[in-house]
Amino acid sequence: MAGLAPTFGRGAMTNHWVDIRNADLILVMGGNAAEAHPVGFRWVMEAKEHNDARLIVVDPRFNRTAAVADYYAEIRTGTDIAFLGGLISYLIETDQIHHEYVRAYTDASLIVREDFGFEDGLFTGYDAENGEYDKETWRYEYDDEGYALRDDTLTHPRCVFQLMRVHFSRYTPDVVSSVCGTPRDKLQHVWDMVAATVVNDKTMTILYALGWTQHSIGSQIIRTAAMLQLLLGNMGMRGGGVNALRGHSNIQGLTDLGLLSDLLPGYMSLPEADEQDYEAYILDRSRPDLLPGEVSYWRYYERFHVSLMKAWFGDAATEANNWCYDWLPKLSETLYDVLHTFERMSHGDINGYICQGFNPLAAFPHKAKTTAALSRLKYLVVIDPLRTETAEFWKNHGEFNDVNTAEIGTEVFRLPTTAFAEEDGSIVNSSRWLQWFWAAAPPPGEAIPDTAILAGIFLRMQQMYRDEGGAFSDALLNLSWPYRYPAEPSANELAREYNGWALEDVVDEQRNIVCRAGEQVEDFGMLRADGSTASGCWIFAGCWTNEGNQMIRRDNSDPYGVGQTLGWAWSWPANRRILYNRASARPDGTPWAERKAVVWWNGNRWVGNDVPDFPVESAPTEAQGPFIMNQTGRGQFFARDRMVEGPFPEHYEPFETPIANNPMHPNNPLAKNNPGARVFEQDRANFGSFEEFPHAATTYRLTEHFHYWTMHNRLNAIAQPEKFVEIGETLANELGIVKGDRVRVSSKRGHIEAVAVVTKRIRPLQVAGRTVHQIGIPIHWGYLGETKRAHLTNTLTPSVGDANTQTPEFKSFLVRVDKL
Amino acid sequence: MTLKVTRRQFFKLGAVGMATSSMAMMGFAPEPALASIRQFKLTGAKITRSNCTYCSVGCGVLLYSRGDGAINSIDSIYHVEGDPDHPVSRGSLCPKGAGLLDYIQSESRLKYPQVREPGTDEWKRISWDDALTRIARHMKDDRDANFVDQDAEGNTVNHWTTTGMLAASASTNETAYLTQKIVRSLGMVVLDNQARV
Repeated sequence: MAGLAPTFGRGAMTNHWVDIRNADLILVMGGNAAEAHPVGFRWVMEAKEHNDARLIVVDPRFNRTAAVADYYAEIRTGTDIAFLGGLISYLIETDQIHHEYVRAYTDASLIVREDFGFEDGLFTGYDAENGEYDKETWRYEYDDEGYALRDDTLTHPRCVFQLMRVHFSRYTPDVVSSVCGTPRDKLQHVWDMVAATVVNDKTMTILYALGWTQHSIGSQIIRTAAMLQLLLGNMGMRGGGVNALRGHSNIQGLTDLGLLSDLLPGYMSLPEADEQDYEAYILDRSRPDLLPGEVSYWRYYERFHVSLMKAWFGDAATEANNWCYDWLPKLSETLYDVLHTFERMSHGDINGYICQGFNPLAAFPHKAKTTAALSRLKYLVVIDPLRTETAEFWKNHGEFNDVNTAEIGTEVFRLPTTAFAEEDGSIVNSSRWLQWFWAAAPPPGEAIPDTAILAGIFLRMQQMYRDEGGAFSDALLNLSWPYRYPAEPSANELAREYNGWALEDVVDEQRNIVCRAGEQVEDFGMLRADGSTASGCWIFAGCWTNEGNQMIRRDNSDPYGVGQTLGWAWSWPANRRILYNRASARPDGTPWAERKAVVWWNGNRWVGNDVPDFPVESAPTEAQGPFIMNQTGRGQFFARDRMVEGPFPEHYEPFETPIANNPMHPNNPLAKNNPGARVFEQDRANFGSFEEFPHAATTYRLTEHFHYWTMHNRLNAIAQPEKFVEIGETLANELGIVKGDRVRVSSKRGHIEAVAVVTKRIRPLQVAGRTVHQIGIPIHWGYLGETKRAHLTNTLTPSVGDANTQTPEFKSFLVRVDKL
Repeated sequence: MTLKVTRRQFFKLGAVGMATSSMAMMGFAPEPALASIRQFKLTGAKITRSNCTYCSVGCGVLLYSRGDGAINSIDSIYHVEGDPDHPVSRGSLCPKGAGLLDYIQSESRLKYPQVREPGTDEWKRISWDDALTRIARHMKDDRDANFVDQDAEGNTVNHWTTTGMLAASASTNETAYLTQKIVRSLGMVVLDNQARV
């Protein structure tokens, strides 16, 4: 998501599942939707059958999505920036870009500082010693009022468009083919198909998933795709967009609610340790417009923040104490992400850990490190409906988990919780829809809901603090707890709270009452910074109004026949279904094309088949930009200081690469891998070399399994009972492996054993003068449950993450294959 | 194998025409029924609307459970199928969703709170109160010992970094919101969810 927000303003799927049917071209890259999202993928088939759409798949494997594609091109894992960067250059050099869209809706015309530059793989400001950038030069040039300078002719040598053009000009077809291993004719074919969507009445949608995020350059891969869609004018349009297909049923919701080390609900963020001044904290996040008169919606940050503090701390949060600003934990590290946490845990710096429905032993890279880290904990709490490998990390399972139980001093609690079928509540799907569901039966045995477990622990701690005193307790003792049964907060109560309500009458600028005290707020526009409203998650405001729970709505009618079921469930923000939909219309407010129309200006206001993602009364003459969360109002080709490793994407090799250097910068070792990535010493020592581990490996899912859960289900165990790996025919022949042989796959960090599937679906690639073979390794199976016992795949994977998000590089690493 | 057909079914089959006539010619004559027609399995089930818990498509599912509504009867889910009204899934389920019943009823479902004491090789069943109290005690002791109110530069940080949490990817928004609220009130900053990986 860290690639989308710096480009468009929000880190979420821009369109939605059903809208895929409106696409003319579907590019699936960095994902395998037919397999991982099979039912959502039906809308791709719908587009093919009823909208004459074409499907392109670019992937290391000829996967199940490729099997129904119109065109497939192979690519070496981890080289997508080169592939897409070459495409961007091709579009610009052959003048196949959407000029009017680019000029009006992107930052192409903005002028960048004179001292900004890029040389031999590094942007200006690199500090090689610390592996960090000083981003001072990554800015626009501003006038005296703080507005960015522009050149609408796009000819100024330092305007974003020209800098981008020069930056990507190095990605010629020959270079790209050599980096990616994609044959030139296939490359060209894909590029031409994509270029054809530059016209007003054709759109391409891009579907991606973890195949893009799980790289050390993952965020920048996604940004390259986002830039591509801006150049083609495919954002905000029906059948367009950059669609992040989330991996789990409520990852979107947990991210929206800020369950990441540095976040608060609604994409607000915790203060850093040196942000001691409340007003400075707010000012830093209330981003002002960088072009005159833009919406720049984050300017209202304080309204959302104060409303959150009122929801959490009630009457204790006052203007006088800066709404309890000091009570919020402040960060001494940029991220306390999981790689950072397990590094610290392995050094004994963490004593307790709680895993709620999460199985890190199976899900995190480098299992041996995870085991060593968990073994140093004093206590581990696992809250789960199922047995997990994590809860039993101390148990010896022979070759699959060979630990010395007696030496592991961790106290482990295993708490049974309800599964989805046994609780009420809502989840957010990839399309940002909040869908409510109901409990159908009681849970087995003594299992109770997560909310009751959390409340049970919290209320006991609270009582201990009342009885015994202890470390700083103002925040925990004053936490607002307005639940009828304190030990069991209900889903309804919690949902009403994150929607929010008025504590006092809320008035507009004309002193009209817009929301009476005690009423639920109808939308985030009603939230105030004066303490008169409470809302636990401002982007969810509107999901539970005075009319009741909007998430239970089940009107599936589609009155415009375009796939927008506005009466089904509720979508954040403000029930908008296609983000940035103002961009579906020309600057004058008329649709670019009737068949792509979403919203348009009717002379008085914005109307259409969706809720406008735009101020409804902002006339086209006001010329406000469609990307309302961005300070420029525009889509950002230039990420400014929002990305760790540079304002433009650049190809860097995976940390374990099957070739000797980065072909883009063969003579600069600093630019071989992502120069902004954080690598811990013990992890670097555990990287393998291509001399010892010659094959590029990548992990993936199967349609019959979900992670390490469905191996506990009989039906799924029957469908896919045993661990296998995929090996291309050529390599298998070289190694004397035939279909059905057992093989050992080893990396620097350990080995697994599995059945070999010898396949034509993975072909050898010619990369930088070398033949590279790729190995496909499904993530599924383990040593618990109903399937045949197997090693965990993450025994093999390296512990290094994307420079921005620290998402581990599960998709590109090195292995060796031996016949057993 | 003998094919037993009741008189009533025989006449219904008759509507099909030729095939039935030829069956009669082959000697299948109606016999008196010894039992009634088997009831449709889902008759009388309670239908609960839900969503699949696996990927992010959010397919609508219908959970069929039975219990007769009496005060001491317990509902049990015995059938799961796609929700035909759902605008995305329109009644479809993939192989994962089709196996949801086996997840709900999996042998691996946990039923009781348990503890593994340090160095031992077994799970011990304990009561909820014991489990939650022991966990709260561990957390408070660790928090009291390691809470940082001011950092070395004298900044007020009020954070706790020696106990961390991973939040669930399939839990509800309501669980997630309560988790966030509690965790931050304790000053915890080591918090992530599946979106990180």
